[in-house]
Amino acid sequence: MAIDIAISISGVLMIAAAIGAVLTRSLLVSIILSGGVSLIASLVFLLMGAPDVAMTEAAIGSGLTTIVFLYAMARSKQTDDEDADERMEITSEGSGGAS
Amino acid sequence: MMRKVLVVLAVLGFALALLPLAYEAGVAGKPGDLASAYLDRSPKDFAAANVVTAIVVSYRGFDTLGEVAVLFAATAGVGALLTRKRMGPSATGGKRTESTEILRTAAGLLTGLLVMFGAYIFLHGHLTPGGGFQGGVVIATAVLLNLLAAPRSHLAHGAVTVVESLSGAVYVALGLLGIYLARGFLDPRALPIGKIGALASAGTIPLIYSVIGLKVGAELSAILDALKGDRE
Repeated sequence: MAIDIAISISGVLMIAAAIGAVLTRSLLVSIILSGGVSLIASLVFLLMGAPDVAMTEAAIGSGLTTIVFLYAMARSKQTDDEDADERMEITSEGSGGAS
Repeated sequence: MMRKVLVVLAVLGFALALLPLAYEAGVAGKPGDLASAYLDRSPKDFAAANVVTAIVVSYRGFDTLGEVAVLFAATAGVGALLTRKRMGPSATGGKRTESTEILRTAAGLLTGLLVMFGAYIFLHGHLTPGGGFQGGVVIATAVLLNLLAAPRSHLAHGAVTVVESLSGAVYVALGLLGIYLARGFLDPRALPIGKIGALASAGTIPLIYSVIGLKVGAELSAILDALKGDRE
């Protein structure tokens, strides 16, 4: 019974974190919240008696995936900035329209 | 407006389709027939204390080989796409900010412990929860910590390649050993299965999980290094 209550509370927290990850405006907060969803999911796996899956979920879902997303975010921001710089150069030279 | 209604309808339909599962969720009192068979047989067949490992590495060993191959393909894809030529030099032009003293000290203290813990997880895969994949990820975390602590450092690609390909070859070789010395491909009884609970037990399962751990650790480290960028 206590386990059922703990699983239910974790489920509600997971749903709340997932909705928060979708609704938030900041990409960083969204990434961290989806890592949190994985972390709570690993807790649920542990409560349901699957420590092997819990370890994988904690290590890959909340650890490595978050890092990969963060690196990807840094990378995409960087290319955005470079594109913006190029456009600025073209318009300042006045050699044709920027598109 | 129309789109939002459709989205809500789709979510509602999905929830309705999954509703029966909600009643079956929770901790089952009794394992099913297949689970009971595995629980009964795996200590007798392979002397593996951790039944999950016995299933993953021997009963469903071929699936695991496929998973490892998929992970290798993913790593090769990331490595091929994220080259310096494609991505260009980083925005900071190679002038990365130095990491803080706290991060450097913590990395020095934790690296050894993390690698040791990862090796422990995959060496004891047949005795305790965990195994090659989990241990490999823990080792990749140690590599990540060092990449963060020293932003200008790079992974020794030669060493990673050697570890990665050697462990893959050893995995297949151990599987083939099962054909010659036991009953089939990836049969762990190629080596004596020993006594249940001992570190040197369960035939080739600890060896297979060790090479999986090394392979996964090397591949994930390579992905992290490729994502970090600024490769020569």
